This record gives sequence, structure tokens and C-alpha cells, in this order.
Amino acid sequence: MALTTGHSASLDFAPPEPVDLSSGKYVKLWQGPQHPGITGNMSLELTLDGDTIIECKTHVGYLHRGFEKLMEQRSFIQNFTVVCRIAVPEPAFNEYLYAAAIEAISGVESPARAQWLRALNLEMMRLASFLMWIGGQGGAFGQYTVANWTLTYRDYVLDLFEEMTGARIYHMYMVPGGVRAGLPAGFEQRILELMDNTDKLLDQIERVMYNNVVFKARAKGLGIIHPELVDPYGVVGPNARASGFRRDLRKDAPYLVYDQLDFDVISGTAGDAYERAWLRLQETRQSVKLIRQIIAGAPSDGPFQADMPNLLHWKVPAGETYVKAECTRGEYGYYMVTDGTEIVRRVHVRGPSYTHAIALMERLAVGTNIADIAGLMVSLHTYPPEIER
Amino acid sequence: MSELLDRLVRDFAVTDITERRPAITTLQVSKANGERLIRELRDREGFTHLNFIACTDWIEDGIFRLVYMLHNYATGQTIGVHIDIDRDNAEMTSIHTLWAQAWTYQRELREMYGINFPGSPRLEENFCLEGWDAMPPMRRDFDTAKYSAERFGHREGRVTLEPRDHMKVQLYPNRGGDK
Repeated sequence: MALTTGHSASLDFAPPEPVDLSSGKYVKLWQGPQHPGITGNMSLELTLDGDTIIECKTHVGYLHRGFEKLMEQRSFIQNFTVVCRIAVPEPAFNEYLYAAAIEAISGVESPARAQWLRALNLEMMRLASFLMWIGGQGGAFGQYTVANWTLTYRDYVLDLFEEMTGARIYHMYMVPGGVRAGLPAGFEQRILELMDNTDKLLDQIERVMYNNVVFKARAKGLGIIHPELVDPYGVVGPNARASGFRRDLRKDAPYLVYDQLDFDVISGTAGDAYERAWLRLQETRQSVKLIRQIIAGAPSDGPFQADMPNLLHWKVPAGETYVKAECTRGEYGYYMVTDGTEIVRRVHVRGPSYTHAIALMERLAVGTNIADIAGLMVSLHTYPPEIER
Repeated sequence: MSELLDRLVRDFAVTDITERRPAITTLQVSKANGERLIRELRDREGFTHLNFIACTDWIEDGIFRLVYMLHNYATGQTIGVHIDIDRDNAEMTSIHTLWAQAWTYQRELREMYGINFPGSPRLEENFCLEGWDAMPPMRRDFDTAKYSAERFGHREGRVTLEPRDHMKVQLYPNRGGDK
């Protein structure tokens, strides 16, 4: 089993020359779009020399639904049904950023209580997404028991989302000017109980998965992101932090109530799949702590919506903005252009997977053993829908 | 930041400098100076992070407005570089040698808007759309409903409603949907 990717850190962005398949020395293999070891409907076109990958091309488009085009044909409020579907495991970041972009252009400020509730919603989303990711990474290396545990706990978080917003996946909870509702009675107690149990689960996962000799042997040295690659390849979030970059938008450009919360940016050094996995486990624990802090600090009464005009006929002033937030994979952003009508002129969704799954993936895959490609894909934590929009 | 902007005005003839939000500024530069300005910002001014490249179709003015969003991690500043290009002869200098993900954006812009980036790798490869033979779909004059009707035909029992008109009828049925 190849344990290292073996490529150098030289910066040549040009795609390699295509290999001569007619020589009979190589095998072309498709990983995906329907394969249990991939991260959604995306495929990798792999060229193999023996069992070593010598060329990789990422293909997307299997989930393209033209969201950005759809948004140019609907009113601002109607687009909430569209934006949440752009990143299936993390719809809340899309809701928040879309609302934040409208607010930034309109000069609307949401009340303090709404900001705490939004932060709570986003941290719950982070927790649910990381739990799903840990299961995926375990599954990619044959540890399906861990996946069963984490998906069960993700479902517990979805139960709480259902209480809080009325929906499990696509919440449409954050709207311009605030949120749609406060917390239901007894919610704080139930979420704190779940956080206590989640802490115990994460301890078990650390023992079972992270100390497992097979997981260590396969993940250590796999898909190393050298620090020299980080900026030229647009690497962000845990993928960059595991390579030694202490960058986190919650600290570097605080939004909502993150400047009132006590937390540190976690970083690593090795930059391989194991380091990324370890870092995400620590960030999952951090998310649990942040949820406790938010529950303790959030005002229990007060308005959760700013005074807004009738949103069904709302004309947003002409303008342009870019808003961003730290999702589980790094910088997630919404670039919005408005022209003073009741329809948005342009929305561009900037997801971290755009570069992680294409330029970076195509580079890291070269030299990797075919058996490790699923583990490498999951370790970059990519979501195809946010690439295609 | 103001010192930098003054220098950009002097050396690159940038115009329309606008602070959109704290630490986020947009500016306009000509197509001829665009690539040189972006390279300068990356190599000398610390804007090493390419957030994204996007395009807005201002069909009424006959232009595509490209925006290159660049971020400086050290100062926390973000600059959106606007470059207007002719919509009928849509072409821009490639920046694929500056960032690894740039050619992916350029491939997408080629497919979705029909913008050419000479020299950009794999420009003709499909990004999302396989076998697309119509107008680039993100252009404002691409009519999604018309394309759908022509391509997929009518299915018995299928009703297509224009979302905004339908919503108004639902909300104000007694006024014929007139708000």
C-alpha cells in the first residue's frame, strides 16, 4: 500500500500532458459518479500505471441545477428555497450568507438575539456536518461502525433542527433581518444533554478510529498539502490549518457573535490525511463547546426580527457585496450584485470545494495508490453541489 | 490602504474605487491593464488569495463585468477588481499561471458566458454541461423556459407556472394577482 503521495511541492499549474493509452501500459478507471467511496455525485477519471495513479481529472455536473441562474428569475424571498440546496450537508451557511448579503446591501441590521440564534444554528450545522464527515472518513478506510455511530448522532442534531426550525435538512430559518422563530420550550436543556453525550461519543471515536493502527497506517502521509501549495491552490479551512496556517474567519473577520466567544484557532503541521482528520475531530469538540457558550450567552427574550418591509415585494437597493463565513471546509462566500429591482442581478456562490475537489485533488491524486483514493477524496471534505451551483 | 489605492490610480489608471463593506473595496480597471494589476496585487501587495472569479452580464450596456476577488491575509483587506469586456467579442487575458484554480474558473466562464481566455488549459472541456449546443446559459438573453419547451416538449398533465406571477395570484386571488 502506498503511504505517500510522493509529489514534490514545485508549482506548475499546467495540467500534465495526456498519456498514450494506446501503449497498453495504462488503465483508465472512473471513480464515481455512483460509488460509495466518493463525496457526492462527482467522478474522478483516473489513469493508472499498475495500481498507482498517474493522472486524475475531476468531472462535475451530475448535480448541476442552475441555481445561480434560477436566482436571477425569482424574488429575493423566493430564493431561500434555492440557496439552502447548494450544499446539502450544510444548508445553513447558504441561508446565512444569502441573508447577510441582502442585509449588507440594504443596510439592515438583525437584532442581537437573532445573531445569537444564527450562530447557534451555524454551530449545530457544523457539528452535524463534521459528524457526517467523520463517518465518511471512517467508512472510506473500512470502519463502518464509526459511520453508524456518527450518523446516529447527526440524526439527533437533526431532531433539534426540526424543533428549532420545523425542518431537518433545508431549514430556511435565517431570513433577511433575523430568524423566523425563537427557541422552543426546553430546547436548551435538550441540546446541552446531547452535547454531553456527543463529548462521550467523540472520546469513543478517538479511541476506536484515531488510534486504530490501520487508519493510522493508511492516513498518515496520504495527500500531503505542502504549505507552498496553500495560497496558490486557494486551500482554506481545515485543509489549510492542518498544514500549519492559523486562519479561521470566525477569528480573522468575526461575524455574528464570534468575537464574544472564547475559542482558539486549531492548527496542525503534517498536512496529511491523518492530520486533517485529527484537526476535524478537535474542531468538532470545539463546536460542542461553542454551542454550550452560545446557549449560556444567548438572550432568552427580545426581538428576533428587524422591522422589514413586505418581503414579497421588496426591492433591494442597487449595490454589490461579498460576504463570507467559516463553514466546516473553510471560506464560504456569497458575492451579490443588485440593480434596485425586486430580483437579484447576480449571485456567485464561492464554495471551498471548487478548488479542493478540482485543482488540488488532481494534483494530490498523482502518485497515490488506487486503494487510497476514496480516503483522499473524503479527507479533502468536498461537496460537488457547491462547485456546480 | 489609501496609499495603495493612490498608487493603483497612478500606475494602473484604476477608477470607481468603492468601499462596499469594511475591508472590502472594489475598483475598475481597463482590460489592457487588468492582468498586470492582478499580478502586481498578488506579487507585491500580498493579495495572495484568489477568492473567486465571477461575471455579471450587463446586457443593456453590452458588457460582461468580470470581478476578480483578491484577499490579503496579512492585512485582512479584500479587493474586487472589475474588468469590463465587450459582450460581442468576449475575451480576456488568462491568469492561469497565477493561481492553480484560475483555469477552472476560466473554463466555467467559457461554458456559462462564452468568454474566451486564450492559452488557458482545457478551456474547451465541458465543465458542467455535456453536449451543450445552445447559447451559453448564464447570458441574460438565454431564455430557460423557451429552451426547456423546445428541448423537452410538452408532457400531458404537466403545468409550468412562472414563479413570481403564480405567487401573486396565490396571495391576491381577488385582485387577479395584482398587488
